[in-house]
Order: sequence, then structure tokens, then C-alpha cells
Amino acid sequence: MALPKPHEADLVVIGAGPAGAAAALAASRAGLSVVLLDEAASPGGQVYRAPPAGLSVSPGKRGPDDDAGDALRAGIAASSVVWRGSARVWSVSGAFRVDAVTPSGNESFFAPRLVAATGAHERLVPFPGWTKPGVIGLAAATILLKSQGMIPGRRSVVAGCGPLLAAVAAKIVVAGGAVAAVVDLSGPGDWLRALPGLARRPDLLRQGLGWALKLGAARVPVLFRHGVVAVEGAEACERVVAAPVDTEGRPRGGSLRGFEADALAIGHGLVPGAEITKLLRARHHFDPAAGGWTPVRDAFGRCSVAGLYAVGDGAAVAGAEPARLSGQLAGLAAAHDAGRIPLEAFEREAASVRAGLARMSAFAGAVGRLMRPRPAMVEAIAPETVICRCEDVTRSEIETAIAEGARDINQLKHFTRCGMGPCQGRMCGETAAGLLALQVGSREEVGYWTGRPPLRPVPLADLLGRFDYGDIPVPTPAPL
Amino acid sequence: MTALRFAGGFERGATVTFHVDGAAVRAHSGETLAAALLAAGVVALRRSPRDGAPRGAYCFMGVCQECVVRVDGALRQSCQVAVVDGLSVELRGAV
Repeated sequence: MALPKPHEADLVVIGAGPAGAAAALAASRAGLSVVLLDEAASPGGQVYRAPPAGLSVSPGKRGPDDDAGDALRAGIAASSVVWRGSARVWSVSGAFRVDAVTPSGNESFFAPRLVAATGAHERLVPFPGWTKPGVIGLAAATILLKSQGMIPGRRSVVAGCGPLLAAVAAKIVVAGGAVAAVVDLSGPGDWLRALPGLARRPDLLRQGLGWALKLGAARVPVLFRHGVVAVEGAEACERVVAAPVDTEGRPRGGSLRGFEADALAIGHGLVPGAEITKLLRARHHFDPAAGGWTPVRDAFGRCSVAGLYAVGDGAAVAGAEPARLSGQLAGLAAAHDAGRIPLEAFEREAASVRAGLARMSAFAGAVGRLMRPRPAMVEAIAPETVICRCEDVTRSEIETAIAEGARDINQLKHFTRCGMGPCQGRMCGETAAGLLALQVGSREEVGYWTGRPPLRPVPLADLLGRFDYGDIPVPTPAPL
Repeated sequence: MTALRFAGGFERGATVTFHVDGAAVRAHSGETLAAALLAAGVVALRRSPRDGAPRGAYCFMGVCQECVVRVDGALRQSCQVAVVDGLSVELRGAV
């Protein structure tokens, strides 16, 4: 039987995207012993995800993200950070014990300080047919394109909001795939208003304009101020239907446009994956600009629970470069709090990072507005639409539960099983909370799912390892 | 191998063969099972427990659990499994 093997460190960092990697490196440079855990086999997170062993981007086809990812991985490899990949963290408790299923079995890590850098997941406001095979997230499409060298379908529709739309569609076109249409909730006016903010990062703006030019050259139809209202098909996506929407993403009547397509890549923004801070009962507040419920933090990422730091998109959605800087700040703060960096040096180093972070805020704000939550879209969901994919709970069942007295998100879960399936409410949580907020008044009153282990589903066999029933010690029964 | 893999610009691993409900499927070493199934045109991976509606990989990043299939007898998220020669995959009654 595989017994847990304890590992002790000054700091455990969960998540090896730009935020977690930067936190680990900053703390390690200051002399802390650091363990860095991630579900993926190599560091990089979603944005700098490495192609798996055996696959690689050909020289000459590499983009800036490939180089940034390789630099991040080289930085971790050259440091004294203890890297543990393919580690599925399923519990965080005490102050602090981290349990993870790793290739060596179930392992426990102990440290007085913990950085949560768990990244974001995608928001998707449901519509009829969104559960059909062939409908995937925009971020899912980037994973296929970046790390698998694959396009999502023979003919794809790319829909939702924000800069990922153009990125995904252009990469499909460059790879030789067909894009039937790009369906953008924003209008040209929204993009024009975002321009001054976007121009604060000329490198990224140039990259974005390059994508737009590629789509123009390939004559891909772009439907501004439109949303996907249905996906049709018997067993999988065969046809995507789009309709004009108002400024808040609500269908406003007008002619439907149908596109034959076997794939729809769609996303409506990002939601911080703040499960660890919720599990540890840190204070949270609802901040739509940061993607939803986020841990309350000081400027260095310190949460209301002593020794706990939260950074990157998992704490507040802002993008890769702000995530890296926020991680660096938390790494410095952890080292300072542990007495390894004197106040003066800490303040000096932190000041320059904070100045860099401040320069990013206009860009992050502009992107954040394009990808903001749109409560009116939730309000417009048709009654028979499935909200909770795992348990097949429809909007009308949620409305019935609310009418019967469900007043917060956890009550709603008990009434309907919405959020009780294997995704643990990550796919439906935003929508269910949005529907409830329409009735009870605010997302604050609705609250958020209570954080509970396991953080991710774990096969029991992975925790137990291989064992023989004969080896299980059975205490001798007490004499009668 | 199919229309979904980039024609160029991407170096791939050796060809491997795995089995889906007994049928041989070819893929490249290093690909995730979810991507390899997609490339092979296998998009319906399971049925939802209540409505019996077809479901396929959705997030490809280990969050949504829609791509769970039986791999060598154990339930696994196919987006988190790398294909290797001889892998035995059972779909959960979807096709």
C-alpha cells in the first residue's frame, strides 16, 4: 500500500503558470525552500502550455508564447525550486498541508506558507445545443492549436468575446482549416473604445491586428454584435445559429444566420478558479471586473488567512504578464514574511514590480471590459436550456427551486443537484448564481459554492495504490 | 493521418495504435487521448446520466469532466491521458 510520503518546505506553490512560476522563483531566490506543483507534466500553465513529449512546434513556426514558455521552463529547471509535475492537488488543509496524487502515488506536502496560483476557467452562458459534442471552449481550442497541432473541426465557428476570438480563428486559418464565421458579442465601437487601452501593450496590439488581417485575407465573415443562439445536430454539432444582440449580449430580434460547422469554439470570458482560497475559508468579495468572486488580498497577494497568498488569474483575471508580476510580488512577500528579506530590500524590489503592474492596468482593463460578465445574457436563457451539464438541470428547474425558496447558491444545489456533479460546479456555477441573483437581488446575497475537498475528482485507486486485502490489519475483536 | 492535424509546422511523435471499443485507432505518441479521439472523428464520448444526451470533450484542460472514458479499465479524463501503444479505451455506451 502506498503510504503518503511527507515533504516539508518553506513554501508550497500550487499552479505553475506565469503567476505560480514567478512566485516560486522569487521566493527561492530569496532563500526559501519551495515546492512547485502542477497538474500538467511541464510548467507553463494554459498560456505557455508545453507540447507534450514527442510533439513540438517546428523552428520558424514558433510564436512569442512558445519562447516565453521555454524561458519559464528553463528558469524553473535552473533554480532550486522542487518541481512536481503531473500532480493533482485534491486537498489543502491546516496551515498548510497539501495532498496531491502524483506519479509516485498520493503525497503530502507541508509548509507554513502557501501560494495559490490556480488560474482561471472559462465562462460560457448556455444556449440550446451547447452540450453537443463538437462545442468546445475558446481556451480548449487554443490548447488543441498550441499543444496538439490540431484544429477543432473540419469547419469551425469561433464565437464569444475578447481577443481570443481573433487568436483562435486566425490560428485555424493559418493551419489550413476553415472558419465558417467569427461571431463577436462586441461591436466595432466596443473595439474602438478598447483601442487606447490595448495600445498600452503595442506588442500585443500588433499581434491582434495581425490576426485580424489574416482573417480579412481569408475572407472569414465576422459578425459583430452577434451571439450564438443555438447549435443543431443529431448526435453532434452540425449547424451553428447566430443572431444579432444588444450591447449587453441579449438577442434583440433580427435575422438569424446559420452556418454549417462540425465545431464551435466559444467562450464568454474567464472566471477565477479560486477553489483553494474558498476551501481555506479566506474572505472573498464579488468583483465583476476581475471575473467574479475573488479572494480579498493586499497589494502583495496576502489573503485574510495568515500565510496564504493568491496570485494570477486564479485570484483576479488580468492576463499573463500581470499574473507573472503578481506572482513575483507574492514570492517576495512570502520571503519577507518568513524573515528572509529585510524590509528595505523588500520594499525596493516590490516597488519596481508594482510600477510594472500599474503600467499593465490600462490594457488589462480594456480586455476585461470586452470579456466582462453580461448578466442580461443569463436573463435571456430559454427555460428548457440545460444549465448544469453534469446533472442535466435546466433553467426552468432552477426557477422552480427558487420559487420554492432556494435563496443562496448552496441551497439551490441541495434543491436541484445543480453543481453536484463531477465538474463540481465549475461549468454551471456562474450561470446558476446569475439566475439566482436575478431573483434575490445580488451576487453577494447568492454567495458561492462552499469549498470542499476533493478539489478535483480523484480515483480512489490512486489514493489507495495497489494493496492486498490480506495485508489490511484487522484489530482483534474485544472479548464478549 | 486526418484532416484535423496541422499539415506542417508541427513535429509529431511515432505512430501508435490504441483500441476504442475494440476498433484500432492510430495516433501520434505524445497526443492526448481526447485530441487523438477528436482527430479520429470520435466526438461523442459518453451520454449524460439523466437525459442520455451525447457528450464530448469540452474544456480539454481537466476541468469539465465531460471527456471521461474508461482507459485500461479505469475512469480517466481523456484530456489528461497521453496515448501510448496498446491503450484500451471503452466509451461509456455513447457509440
